[in-house]
Amino acid sequence: MSETSIKPRLEKIPLGERVFQRLPVLLVPLLAVTGLIAIGNPASWLTLTVAGLAMGMMIFIMASGLTVVFGLMDVINFGHGAFVAVGAFVGFTVLAWLAGWTASPSVMMNLAAVLIAILAAMLVTGLLGLAFERVIVMPVYGEHLKQILVTMGGLIVAQQMIHVVWGPDEMHLSRPEALQGSWVIGDAAIEKYRLLAVGIGLALFVGMRHILKNTRIGLLVRAGVENGEMVEALGYRVRRLFLIVFMTGSALAGLGGVMWGLYQETITAHMGSDIMVLVFIVVIIGGLGSVEGCFIGALLVGLLANYTAFLAPKVALISTIALMVVILMWRPQGLYPVVKAK
Amino acid sequence: MLTRLLSGDTPRSGLLTVLLLIVVVSLAFAPFLFPGTRSLETAARICIFIVLVASYDLLLGYAGIVSFAHTMFFGIGAYGTALALATTGPSYGSLIWGTVAGAVVAAVFALAIGLFSLRVKAIFFAMVTLAVASAFAVFVSQMSWLTGGEDGLNYKIPRELTPAFKLVKEKVFGVRINGKLLAYYLVFFASTILFLVMLRIVNSPFGRTLKAVRDNAFRAEAIGYRVVWYRTTATVLSAVMAALAGSLLAIWLRYTGPATTLSMEIMIDILLMVVIGGMGTLYGAVLGATLFILAQTYLQTLMGVAAEATGAVPFVSTLVAPERWLLWLGVLFILSVYFFPSGIVGRLRAGRV
Amino acid sequence: MSADILLSLSGVHTHIGPYHILQGVDLQVPEGGVTVLLGRNGAGKTTTLRTIMGLWTASQGDIHFADREITRLATPEISRRGIAFVPEDMGIFTDLTVAENMVLAAASGPMEGKRLAWIKELFPPIGTFWNSSAGTLSGGQKQMLAVARAIIEPRRLILIDEPTKGLAPAVIKAMTDALRDLKDTDTTILLVEQNFAMASSIGDTVAVMDDGRIIHSGPMQALAGDAALQEKLMGLSLETHQ
Repeated sequence: MSETSIKPRLEKIPLGERVFQRLPVLLVPLLAVTGLIAIGNPASWLTLTVAGLAMGMMIFIMASGLTVVFGLMDVINFGHGAFVAVGAFVGFTVLAWLAGWTASPSVMMNLAAVLIAILAAMLVTGLLGLAFERVIVMPVYGEHLKQILVTMGGLIVAQQMIHVVWGPDEMHLSRPEALQGSWVIGDAAIEKYRLLAVGIGLALFVGMRHILKNTRIGLLVRAGVENGEMVEALGYRVRRLFLIVFMTGSALAGLGGVMWGLYQETITAHMGSDIMVLVFIVVIIGGLGSVEGCFIGALLVGLLANYTAFLAPKVALISTIALMVVILMWRPQGLYPVVKAK
Repeated sequence: MLTRLLSGDTPRSGLLTVLLLIVVVSLAFAPFLFPGTRSLETAARICIFIVLVASYDLLLGYAGIVSFAHTMFFGIGAYGTALALATTGPSYGSLIWGTVAGAVVAAVFALAIGLFSLRVKAIFFAMVTLAVASAFAVFVSQMSWLTGGEDGLNYKIPRELTPAFKLVKEKVFGVRINGKLLAYYLVFFASTILFLVMLRIVNSPFGRTLKAVRDNAFRAEAIGYRVVWYRTTATVLSAVMAALAGSLLAIWLRYTGPATTLSMEIMIDILLMVVIGGMGTLYGAVLGATLFILAQTYLQTLMGVAAEATGAVPFVSTLVAPERWLLWLGVLFILSVYFFPSGIVGRLRAGRV
Repeated sequence: MSADILLSLSGVHTHIGPYHILQGVDLQVPEGGVTVLLGRNGAGKTTTLRTIMGLWTASQGDIHFADREITRLATPEISRRGIAFVPEDMGIFTDLTVAENMVLAAASGPMEGKRLAWIKELFPPIGTFWNSSAGTLSGGQKQMLAVARAIIEPRRLILIDEPTKGLAPAVIKAMTDALRDLKDTDTTILLVEQNFAMASSIGDTVAVMDDGRIIHSGPMQALAGDAALQEKLMGLSLETHQ
């Protein structure tokens, strides 16, 4: 009897609605095209676009951890920049030890060295994240004001400890042999390292999406972002999940730090807090808790920063703020706000 | 009468009263008690930062709003006065119009930011203010034709406030009564007045409603208070006070630059001062600013001595090296948030000491 | 039939911030069968369920489940002891598909085929919308999913908070039939319900709450047949209150 009384109906979402939902994705090519028009010269445009995408990818790597942590744990970590800086320093130190490998013209040796540096950095920052979460963050779950204050304090202490361990100066390191220089396509020069960055960023994005959509832990994260309480009521120890996610986020920040460091070829203790402004802008644009939003936001910010650096250098940071304001006017919670049960 | 002066907000703790008196008396008689340019600089800095930190406490402690744009207002006030003095000459007129202009611009910015906060959540707001303040700092550095860029602006102030001006020929109590002294007392009295005004504000009906809004905005709105209006007004008042503090700094230093006013270091310093001193008390600003600036100036010397002494032990000596004073302050800051969430003032009041 | 007490609360107080919601709740839930918790809005019924589940901690008193104390346990532990929870807002993960919601609920591994088939029989939309996003379900379908999630793993006790709220009569009937089927599987149900007709049709025991306390408890039949008692406890005769 119950079968006939409830007729299943699946409504097809109208086309207009579906395009509207997809709109944020289209912003990236839109910006790229606008850039092409503004810059004029296709060769310069290509160079800048690759640079923008590379920068965007690196910011995405750094920001993704922050946004998922916030979405899942409702924790705002102003100390995230510390992981970026520590990661960079650890990475550089390892690469300096492997100088033999990086000086070699063999691409494989170079990549191996970079890989080892990255793994070391991620290990250290992951562990640092563990300590950070247990000692600094956990006591203030649920209290946003205290989280902001305490994590900032953690950032200060971490930056000072970098000085203690690595000294007061900045550190220089040239990129490994095979990653230096550019490929020339017509008039455009495309730096090899930037392509690597784009590659790694894309791989990471695809990887993260896969984990979120197709694994049990990804399921838990997505469910937890929406309704942590219910996940607990289903029998899952959400606190343990929090810790894993936090550590992953800090490890990713470490990875981002190494990559950013190699991009700049110079690192300082405060590089983390320097880049945090852009990271926050990206997280805001994307919507707190959304990995896709973060990805799109990062690409937009990267492209915009590079286009304006070329066209009107003085307004570079302001244009990024303007982008953020415009997007917030359109969608006050960011591009893909996460639907929260609370 | 003293109670009325303090708008009824007395220290309420014996030890606190003693500490505050020590600070006030030391600052009032600084040129005589601690002769020398370095100590006078420190004293003036303390006066100015008391106002700046108190204005931030108004926003954070009383209104419950976390903002990282405070140094922006500080800078606007400083640059306003600086630009006026640089462009229309070292007269009192320039001083006044520059200060007023700085305060007005700060108010307008604060209004814009306050209204924007209508649309976004508190966490967003904090991050947005961080972004805006950073952009502003970069912008100021790049408009070097106007602001002197990274180098800042050097300018002259009215002659009566410079060391060249001698009010009294002979030394009084071993101290020269010159323009520098007058400038110091200008800073001291202006700071005192501004602080008392803020004390008045937080103890007025407006201030009480503000605290109610901070504690439970939902409920306040339900009772009928327009939460947005209160928050925006608090933001504007706080910004104007910060701008005035900036103007005082501009007058005192005879120099204004991004490093002295707009840097993120200063924002973090303010945060440390207000938390360690005690949020939501205003007196916390007094103790916090004094403690912090004294540490900044003199602790480093102390740490230098300790570093020398432990020179043989490698790791320890780098930990106590004078450049690492911020490390210890950071640790103190974290401990304060956990163990003395109401800061030194809160601790003293709770202990009924 | 003599029944062991599966769940008992004694002298439970719960404070939410400054509000003292539960003011000494004494409740006994016999094993097997349906216990209904009645009471007007604000009486503390939802708070009681949430306190049992550990989402809010009792400030006083104790809670025993299967003869072991669970008062201070964390929610995941309480769930693992065999208590499922269907909250008032259903707690559906709208970003996930129906299948994913069910997978999460079957914490201990893949879903057992027979049990899943039975659930699909009780709640046909689960099968129909298996791969659709849970956010696209209607209110009634979401409610079914919420209950389905609670029963995909065999549990000893299920707490259900107002499952028929806002549902169309046909859906209410389906839900009632499903709960009746569930009752037959030796699962104990603690049901908070405003719909007295529905409650009295499947309830075995009833407890009435007011102002954070239990003011009456006993067999459902006794209350259902006594209009005067209903009037006294709830302020009106519930027979007419659909």
